Amino acid sequence: MATTRTAAGEPALSLEGAAKRFGATVALDSTSFTVNRGELVGLLGPNGAGKTTAIRAIAGRLRLDSGRIRLFGRELHLNDKRPEIGVVPQELAVYPLLTARENLEVFGALYGVEAGSLKARVDWALAWSDLKDRAAEPVKRFSGGMKRRLNIACSLLHEPSIVLLDEPTVGVDPQSRERIYEMLTELQGRGVSIVLTTHHLEEAERRCERIVIIDHGKIVAAGTLGDLVGRGAGGARTVRISWHGTLPSAATFTNASVVFDESRTSLSARVTDVGRDLGALLETVTAGGVSITDVAMGGASLQDVFIELTGRELRE
Amino acid sequence: MIWTLLRIGLINMRRDRVVQALTFVLPIMFFSIFAFVFGDQRNPATRKVQVAVVDEDRSEFSTAIVKALQAEGGLRVRLVADAEDADRTLDREGAETLVKKGAVPVAVVLPKGLGAHPAFWPSDSQTTQPKVLLLADVSDPVAPQMVLGLLQKVSFTASPRSFASEGMAMFEKYAGPLTPAQQKSKEEMLKRISPTSADSGGVNSGGAALGLATEVVNVMEPGKGDAATISFYAAGIGVMFLLFSCAGAGGTLLEEEEAGTLGRLLSSRAGMRGVLAGKWLFLVLMGIVQLTVMFTWGAVMFGLPLASHLPGFFVMTVFTAAAASGFGLLLATISRSRQQLSGLSTIVILAMSALGGSMFPRFLMSETMQKVGLVTFNAWALDGYLKVFWREAPLLSLWPEVGVLTCLTVVFMLGARRFARRWETL
Repeated sequence: MATTRTAAGEPALSLEGAAKRFGATVALDSTSFTVNRGELVGLLGPNGAGKTTAIRAIAGRLRLDSGRIRLFGRELHLNDKRPEIGVVPQELAVYPLLTARENLEVFGALYGVEAGSLKARVDWALAWSDLKDRAAEPVKRFSGGMKRRLNIACSLLHEPSIVLLDEPTVGVDPQSRERIYEMLTELQGRGVSIVLTTHHLEEAERRCERIVIIDHGKIVAAGTLGDLVGRGAGGARTVRISWHGTLPSAATFTNASVVFDESRTSLSARVTDVGRDLGALLETVTAGGVSITDVAMGGASLQDVFIELTGRELRE
Repeated sequence: MIWTLLRIGLINMRRDRVVQALTFVLPIMFFSIFAFVFGDQRNPATRKVQVAVVDEDRSEFSTAIVKALQAEGGLRVRLVADAEDADRTLDREGAETLVKKGAVPVAVVLPKGLGAHPAFWPSDSQTTQPKVLLLADVSDPVAPQMVLGLLQKVSFTASPRSFASEGMAMFEKYAGPLTPAQQKSKEEMLKRISPTSADSGGVNSGGAALGLATEVVNVMEPGKGDAATISFYAAGIGVMFLLFSCAGAGGTLLEEEEAGTLGRLLSSRAGMRGVLAGKWLFLVLMGIVQLTVMFTWGAVMFGLPLASHLPGFFVMTVFTAAAASGFGLLLATISRSRQQLSGLSTIVILAMSALGGSMFPRFLMSETMQKVGLVTFNAWALDGYLKVFWREAPLLSLWPEVGVLTCLTVVFMLGARRFARRWETL
């Protein structure tokens, strides 16, 4: 369990020993993690790992079989109101025939924003999501990125202290994705804690302060990227070797992670001990009668960590 | 290639229960409903016309008419005001009340002096002779005509001596007095004719120029029969399409579930109760507007008397829209997808509309089918509208319909709340 605490004492949010089954399927299996105040935590895992189930449990949309959820130290029960939480669903949960302003107004009112301050909050949300110029347009005319930004803004009108985002950048172009992360960073700067699930490892690497890896409902690792790389991948590196000519298919490698390109003029492989494994790789290639033109070595990435810990690619 | 395409179609159909129901169950269901409705029309045991009879004359002739009407297989004659009080015979006002209340579609009044001057034959003085009155509810276009025909038939067959002597008197009036021999023959002939006969079979009235002098009186709203018919169709079609609209609009719940906005609403302070209440209120308002537009169109284009029935219309419209909205939400919460809702609502609403009288007036159905129809929402709504527009009933008399519609609204909403739980928490 990741239990980093802020100086303020209690973590903003903690999930403790959460368990949930859907028939024979285990969605959460003694899942525990914490989120500190003002922290951006990435929840990573392949499809069906339990990310969305965890988000739904925290949002009060799912009854846990066992386990506890604490919000700023207060234990939450299923029907408790959670005004401190803002939930951004994976779907584009906005009304397409309403304008951006109208969507913000109705969701603001539903989330309990007082009538006197609603206009100011809507104006803030429009500016924050960079939609001020399109405020009066029906949402159905928006691009995917604009809809995503509005989708997030609709969940923030009541000024939640914790924001849960389920795949907030799915299906949007890199430019819009960048803008969304800028928005989240700005939000984080205001002291808001953020939990997001994502498939984009590079984003998680670059943006999240802490990463929680979940698989089969269990937390398999949690920590900063440096922690995880050190703990999960150890000294593992990715090696890429290129050569002139075609390597005969008879050439056999002892390293199971070797992957060739289509023309068999290069390969990539993971080596856990560079001194020992690199030499064996180079020898096998040279024995195939080709001349090596390049050898490149990369540092361990979150992808390596993920594969190391779960035994599979993230997008499986 | 064609086999492959055929295989795709067969697999899709085998796995789509909605399509199966629409393809096979719905036609059979409709066939059965209409077979029951119209098949019963040919069965005199199940389709008898109820008629109230008031004998003000109490003569030998009028008594014979009453007995002959009672002997008619197609009629169910009622002679008392209260079914539980056999001693209190009907008077003219009582019979009119029964017609206005819808207890019987037609009442026959045999006036004083009828036996003395049956007036089978046209004469100059016929206008001064008593006329048999048929107090009718024009909402039923069949019953008054049927009773009128049978009345004429039994008038000839029930008292053949009266018919013969009246005829001979008419002959003497226009052809001159009979000779003594003719007079003697006539008297002998009349002696051979029984004064009354309950055997009414096989005799026809013999033409419109002959027979009892009768007058059909529309006791509901004299002279406005067309408007009454239009109000029936406005209510019938209006309620059926209101149900379709409410089921369709209730389906926004399913769309919102798919789009994710339902999840967002449930995360807000609205909760499922708030969501259902908000949706229901919207549907009620939409239903009120829809029915108002329908009836207003009827008033403008077809002379439907809306302006003179506004309070009753308003009461029925509000409670009908309330129940229809609850029904729409119930269907939506039962359904798992928009497609399923579409199929389910088509089947259920069309069946309810057929049984409940939206397509074919319930008063023309057999008594059994009329009772079966009462299980439907449409029947109660239509009965209420009929009371308002046809029977000129006071607002308070709408309490059974309003009560049932209110109960149905509560039941529908409780059902919707129960089925909506699946969206709240897993």
